[in-house]
Amino acid sequence: MSQTGTVGDKLFRSVLLVAAASILIIVAAMLYMMTQNALPTIQRFGADFLTGREWKPAQEEFGALPFIYGTVVSSLLALVLSVPISLGIAIFLVEQAPKKLARPIAFLVELLAAIPSVVYGLWGIFVLAPFVRDYLGVFLQNYFGWLPIFQGRLTGIGMLTGGLILALMITPIITAVVRDVLEAVPTTQREAALALGATEWETTRIVLGNAASGIAGAVVLGLGRALGETMAITMVIGNSAQISTSLFEPANTIASLLASNFAEATDRIYMSALIEIGLVLFLVTFVVNALAKLLILKVASGTNSAKHT
Amino acid sequence: MSKNIISDFSAFLKGNFAALIAVSAALFGLACSGQPIGQSNAGGTSGENAGSIRLQGSGASFPKPIYEKWVNEYGKINPNVKIDYQATGSGAGQKALLSKTADFGASDDPMSDEDLKNAGGEILHIPTVLGAVVLTYNLPDVKEPLKLSGETIADIYLGNIKKWNDERIKKDNPNLNLPDADILPVYRADSSGTSAVFTDFLSKTVPAWKEKVGTNKQPSWITGVGVGAKGNDGVMGQVKQTPNSIGYVELTFAKANNLPTAHIKNKAGDFVEASLESVSAAAAGSTAKMPEDLRVQITNPDAKGAYPISSYTYILVYKDQADAAKGKVLADFLWWATHDGEKFAQDLHYAALPPDVVKKAEAKINSMTAGGKPLK
Repeated sequence: MSQTGTVGDKLFRSVLLVAAASILIIVAAMLYMMTQNALPTIQRFGADFLTGREWKPAQEEFGALPFIYGTVVSSLLALVLSVPISLGIAIFLVEQAPKKLARPIAFLVELLAAIPSVVYGLWGIFVLAPFVRDYLGVFLQNYFGWLPIFQGRLTGIGMLTGGLILALMITPIITAVVRDVLEAVPTTQREAALALGATEWETTRIVLGNAASGIAGAVVLGLGRALGETMAITMVIGNSAQISTSLFEPANTIASLLASNFAEATDRIYMSALIEIGLVLFLVTFVVNALAKLLILKVASGTNSAKHT
Repeated sequence: MSKNIISDFSAFLKGNFAALIAVSAALFGLACSGQPIGQSNAGGTSGENAGSIRLQGSGASFPKPIYEKWVNEYGKINPNVKIDYQATGSGAGQKALLSKTADFGASDDPMSDEDLKNAGGEILHIPTVLGAVVLTYNLPDVKEPLKLSGETIADIYLGNIKKWNDERIKKDNPNLNLPDADILPVYRADSSGTSAVFTDFLSKTVPAWKEKVGTNKQPSWITGVGVGAKGNDGVMGQVKQTPNSIGYVELTFAKANNLPTAHIKNKAGDFVEASLESVSAAAAGSTAKMPEDLRVQITNPDAKGAYPISSYTYILVYKDQADAAKGKVLADFLWWATHDGEKFAQDLHYAALPPDVVKKAEAKINSMTAGGKPLK
């Protein structure tokens, strides 16, 4: 080892450290700045801000609960719809599809990921919302109308349409990442499993088990986009600050509220309320991400132990 | 030591937060107005040929078509003047003027007394053109214009009238084939001068509205009644896509998109179609009562034939301009706009200012100064 080698290593290490630390500093600085600017409402409303159900800027009444509810429910709805499909596409592409078919499908998936969200929103208003109103919603009400989540007025605009559009937007992201993760699992594992007489399904389960943490990462990435999506969701969710059991009713999300109101917030207390709700989104994202990661790792370890029995 | 660094850093963060917001708001506005970012060199004169002056304006989206026309036409007459207008919304326009990130602001509703008091100088309201808010609806079987009174509109948006064939709607529309269907009211989800004018009219005509919802750019809508959409185009998209819905948009927007519009009952008791004539009539009836600072809402006027949901839109400027050269250009532009510029109004579906109001605007423009010296 030459002298320059150790100096080089030291330099390399400190560059990496700075890179890693910068993320911490950015997050800390953002949290600090947001807390500072949200102080007026934090002091005035305290915990009522989180539990209040009324959002009336004109009366200086700020309750964030409907937005927290809308954000969490729409994002979870999107995950529930999107994760099985994304996994299916990715597994098909990596494990089953002939190369000739895999390439164009993978290309299409990546193409979907590059579409701007406002285009998804417009498509949501002009295609998806009428489809939900005239077909999907009618179908759900006819066959599952006894469920409270499918009751009530059917306008095509609301939580369900919002969840659908989010699901559509995060599917390409989750698919692309899961595909890369599955491709990274060594081929020898598949060969070993097949050599031991495992079926294709069993082999895939082993591959999935080994890729679990990567898949968790993919889902969290998708969830991040769903939680933070603004334009597309604003256009189809109905922007109404209410908590309703029906998925057909309009709702609102934190990101959508911020997108439509931040530029126009003139008075100090309103600005503070919007910044505080941004802070809440920060926390919601953190909690939901942690839960999602835990859940997936748990499911994956279940798959792993199942194969040993 | 480290404590010092931290407090310096926090001071830096605090100091830059407003700037950060302003920059992001400006970028957002740029994104909305679709202008290339390079063009919006706020007030900068460098890099251009000598003597050229740039002005930056931002605010209401409602007058955007005519302001863009004005800027364009004025640029032809005065090639060394370059004015950029960003339709960021009335509230953002007021904010940009107060934080001095724009040379002039634009707003559909007048600034509040409190904002005027806290501003860093006297602010003038220069009325430019008139517009109106119209009710548009999606009723495939209704061929003739719907007739609505303030009470009916309020009841629809308050959730008291739920079906189109309600007696209260039928009473004013005996000949229409109104369906037995749920009404879906659509409102503006973003803060908007359009909402302010709309709710001002309803507050003036319906006491229950004033009490429950009030007049605001962002009113407290009754939850569970309707859906919110962003911008005039958002409301239009929602109404076009949803049978049995109703929404409110700017007159210019409705005309440009050939939307059906309801006739609204005015104070005299007539159902009036929104048109340049009926909006002008609303303005003409109120000029006598216009206050000294020209801040006025002209909804629900007494005049016969007046469309009751009309309003002025304003350009906001500081009376005393910081830069004499820019101030002079701004005053000249405002003078041109309120005189020669008015002839472009009709084609773009705005009502021009009544002559009396032009006189009042003249006085305001003439009172503009730079460092205490008159500009005109």
